[in-house]
Amino acid sequence: MGSALTRAAQWTSSSASGSRTLALTLLNQTLLSEILQFVEDVKSLHPQSAEVVFEEPLQWRTALQTSDLQAGYKISDSGVQSEQQDSSGRPLLLLSPPHVSVSCFSLLSELLYLCEDKEAELRACLEEIDKLRGKDRNAKVQLLQLLQRLNKQILDKVLQQISEQVHLHTSLMKNELDSLMLFCGDDDRSLLKSLRYISDFEFANGCRAPPHRQLLGEMAYVAVETYDTEPLYVSCSSRGAFLNKGVKVYEADDNDYEQTGETFEDLTSLLKKKSCYFSQNIHKEDPNRQQLRNPEPLTKWRENGLLSDTRKSEEQKSSSAEKGKSKAEFSLSSSPGRYSPQKSRTPARSRLKEALSESSPESEEEEAEQLERHPETNADLPSEQLRLQKLIKYLREGDQTVTVLTMCSLMELDLKQETYQLAIRDLGGLDVLLNILDTKEMRCIIGSLKILRVISHSAQIQRSMVKMKGVQSLVPLLDISLPELQALAAETLANVAKFRKARRTVRHCGGIDKLVRLLDCAPTSSSLSPREELDVEAARCGALALWSCSRSSRNKEAIRRAGGIPLLGRLLRSPHVNMLIPVTGTLQECASEESYRNAVRSEGMIKDLVRNLSSENQELQMHSASAIFKCAEDEKTRDLINQYRGPQRLALLLSKPENKQLLAAATGAIWKCSISPKNVTKFQEYRVLEKLVSLMSEQPEEVLVNVVAALGEFAKIQENRAVIGQSGGIEKLVRLLTGRNQALLVNVTRTLGICATDMKNMAIIDQLDGLRLVWSLLKNPSPEVQSSAAWALCPIIQNGKDVGESMRRLIGGFQLLIKLLKSTNNEVLASVCAVIAKITEDKEENVALLTDYGVVPLLANLTSTTDECLRRHLAEAIAYCCMWSQNRTAFGKAGAVAPLVRYVKSDNSQVHETTVVALYQLSKDVDNCISLHSNGVIQPLLELMGHDNEDVAFMAAGCVRNIRMLANANKFSKWID
Amino acid sequence: MSTMNRKLLESITDKMSRYVEHFDKNEIECLIREFYVLLGEQNAHGKAVPGLDRGKFRSVLHHAFNITDDMIMDGVFRTFDKDNDGFLSVKEWIAGLCVFLRGRLDEKIKYCFTVYDLNNDGYISRDEMFHLLKNSLTSQPNEEDPDEGIKDLVEITLKKMDHDHDGKLSLIDFVTAVKEENLLLEAFGPCLPDLTAIYTFEERVFKEEEEQ
Repeated sequence: MGSALTRAAQWTSSSASGSRTLALTLLNQTLLSEILQFVEDVKSLHPQSAEVVFEEPLQWRTALQTSDLQAGYKISDSGVQSEQQDSSGRPLLLLSPPHVSVSCFSLLSELLYLCEDKEAELRACLEEIDKLRGKDRNAKVQLLQLLQRLNKQILDKVLQQISEQVHLHTSLMKNELDSLMLFCGDDDRSLLKSLRYISDFEFANGCRAPPHRQLLGEMAYVAVETYDTEPLYVSCSSRGAFLNKGVKVYEADDNDYEQTGETFEDLTSLLKKKSCYFSQNIHKEDPNRQQLRNPEPLTKWRENGLLSDTRKSEEQKSSSAEKGKSKAEFSLSSSPGRYSPQKSRTPARSRLKEALSESSPESEEEEAEQLERHPETNADLPSEQLRLQKLIKYLREGDQTVTVLTMCSLMELDLKQETYQLAIRDLGGLDVLLNILDTKEMRCIIGSLKILRVISHSAQIQRSMVKMKGVQSLVPLLDISLPELQALAAETLANVAKFRKARRTVRHCGGIDKLVRLLDCAPTSSSLSPREELDVEAARCGALALWSCSRSSRNKEAIRRAGGIPLLGRLLRSPHVNMLIPVTGTLQECASEESYRNAVRSEGMIKDLVRNLSSENQELQMHSASAIFKCAEDEKTRDLINQYRGPQRLALLLSKPENKQLLAAATGAIWKCSISPKNVTKFQEYRVLEKLVSLMSEQPEEVLVNVVAALGEFAKIQENRAVIGQSGGIEKLVRLLTGRNQALLVNVTRTLGICATDMKNMAIIDQLDGLRLVWSLLKNPSPEVQSSAAWALCPIIQNGKDVGESMRRLIGGFQLLIKLLKSTNNEVLASVCAVIAKITEDKEENVALLTDYGVVPLLANLTSTTDECLRRHLAEAIAYCCMWSQNRTAFGKAGAVAPLVRYVKSDNSQVHETTVVALYQLSKDVDNCISLHSNGVIQPLLELMGHDNEDVAFMAAGCVRNIRMLANANKFSKWID
Repeated sequence: MSTMNRKLLESITDKMSRYVEHFDKNEIECLIREFYVLLGEQNAHGKAVPGLDRGKFRSVLHHAFNITDDMIMDGVFRTFDKDNDGFLSVKEWIAGLCVFLRGRLDEKIKYCFTVYDLNNDGYISRDEMFHLLKNSLTSQPNEEDPDEGIKDLVEITLKKMDHDHDGKLSLIDFVTAVKEENLLLEAFGPCLPDLTAIYTFEERVFKEEEEQ
């Protein structure tokens, strides 16, 4: 009990008389009644323990009179005493008003039984209780056990209460620690060497401290290694952070928890004080680190924690009272628990700083700029400023009638102006507006939302609102079945959810489910009743909010799980453009996930998306095209698009080249659709190819990427390649080779490679020195560009004129290939192997050059791969390099034979085709034959000898023959001996 | 109730259903019964009266509809009591509730205007606004003129709603302002029931009948 009392009970500071008293709090009340229960029961439940005599009697000032005690007590001059005595003859109970002393539990419980105000009595007693000690050995153990059990019970009770409060503290603490952990490390930008929690275990309430320490408000212990001090052991408690004596394990010695230094507001300020290095460097940090440094002032820990309880109960009281009582008493200032801003929301000025410290780097600078500008603009509007100030004052002080009047006046102002938006926030208006959302006054809430909806267009207001827990107030409003209000709340959320933290908060508050539920409005006909119209508007705003939210992938998942997809599909049939835009926007945002793409197809949305391509509204066309762009990855979807006349509609979109976003989306959709030859045929009817070629100049890169990729798909058909060449497409493509955009380069090289299979095109490429340009892209740092360029080189080398000559003229060209053979990207390796195979094909001087550069060991090294594509091209490259007889031996020595044998055992026939050639070449070497044989090549080769492809069969047979001949020769030589 | 003449009930219902557009016959009947129940409670204290008196009506407003401001309650009674005789007849009761519970926006605008037009002169004047808003602002104790805030509010409101700039609100001003911003309907104090109150009242009064 001792620990429970010293730790949990809330003592007032020493009073005038110098002794501590128990504070009158809810917590203590619980404690008292627990103890009272125990004392009353102990006599009946544990009679033996109850008789144990205390080492020293409990003494306190009592309200009992001598007259209260009668039977079984001896009345003497000094007062009343019990008949029982302890070993030294002292009475176990002695009452001489106002003093009383008791030495065992049985008498204590009797005494309490007689009291009128048991709790007051017990309270007086407890204030002296530390002297509680049993004496009798045997019973003492029992009593101690009992006491311990009680202790535990009490602690549990207390913990329940406390954990609610602690919750808020921990999340703030965690934020800070998480941010600080980002600054740990060895590089010179780090502020700390390391920072770690002492315990990895986290309680459900977020604390990491053992329960009995949590009672003291301590949440976690951390060990910090700085660059210039001893390791620091810090306790993070709700009061702030302070050094302890060295808590190094979860259950440390009690002494270790002791506080050794002053208490700081938070860990950051503690570190600033303790470590010079930390404090010097934290100020030097670049702005984007600034934001992480002071994630949230921990002063709020205290505020939110302890006050939240009282605030809540107050609110409950007032709200329950409100039901029965008159509404006229509603006044913003008369219920301070709810309205005074400092309780739940910090004052505006300090919040300003918070907003700054939290935002992303660019916008932070921007905000700082705006803030500097801010006072000047205000100076221009002193009267307006004054008016605003007054209105916000009335907003805060008036009852609901005045609140509504004031809000209507606020709406008169041009709230779209940032000056007003920021002024409303800085004058504390945002606080009040958000607080109103937590009331039950629908008209006030609607008014507040009407203002919030407008001012939340400002990025700064969005951040402030999230900071002030506005999302938490907005989300529950979606449940109120008043469509006007739901629509406003959803629209505001749509504005606020423009950055990640806001979107996450919406999800954490369960907002996604509620927003999805808003979508559930049946009518899609064009004539609606007024009520239905409101429902449709709510659904539209819900879709807007989901659109904003769907930029986070977790939210996409949440929308899907909430059953949003079929609802979106239903709304997609709405005749109203303003509904279709957010719905299509959400869908195209979500279509980055495969689950959505499948659902879009299976729910029959392709038809609607395709139909909307022909809408009057360009924004809708754009989103529909983007959605199709993402969905058309799938072949069945492409077939559907074809079926619903998608190609025709997309072709028409190309006639609006002035809207670049639309053009980018449309060309993207054309690209993906043209992966199906059926669609290409349709596109050709509308001469899309010619249009695409003409689009290849003077367009933004995002259009070009798609146009070039689409051309690549078209060029898979022979006639189209000719058309591209004739209409000047090759020249344009080659010109794009000098660009910087990696995505564009990947697509350009790919398309160029496909076009190079046409001899006429190849002539143009040669003429423009395309080989050199593509080759030089092998130097590009992006592996995608490297491999795409290498693949493109293959047809160019194959079809070009005098390529052997021009390649050797490329200074460092071969070294570049050698260098890329050390890449870790399989695609790059495969493509480079393919290039090597092409340049060594029938050109022995190139084999010689590459051998000089050390190609053999590099290729041999790669043979252990399991990537089938790489295996295929690698085997081909090895086969050609083996034309040089030394190389056959070299490959054998480098251990390439055994892995290659494994290739013939794979089930990829393309790999077989190239591998048998390599094996045949290798088998020309005697040593290789031996290892081929010992690796069991014969059996698979015998099978390949029956291959449909005669070349393969021939090579396999040749290889077996070589091995066989060696064996024969061997036998022969033995025979001779 | 049993004492009530069935025929009388039917005839009143018939007559009323011609005047009242938002209630059906059954609902009218329920409201008539409710009226007589209230009247009965009232009669218990004295002799028969021509209709619901102000006190009884105010208690209905207070308990069923959460309208508690004295001035507003009087205003609502005045609006219901078309013939100004100090009592609500059954006809006034039903006609009043028709707007009160189910009125269209334009009906409600007219109703609210009449409630706020304390002296029934067809205008809401500065004084009337001041009276209506008098208790709406908690003034800080250190302020010199506690009424200053209210006066200022009246000016702000007038500026917003007084379209013809004659320093007082006519019905036309009021209609224009409310049509523009619906929130201004109950601009000078709550005088219409909220949705929950309507729901509870209708649930009680209209359901009772079915049970009988």
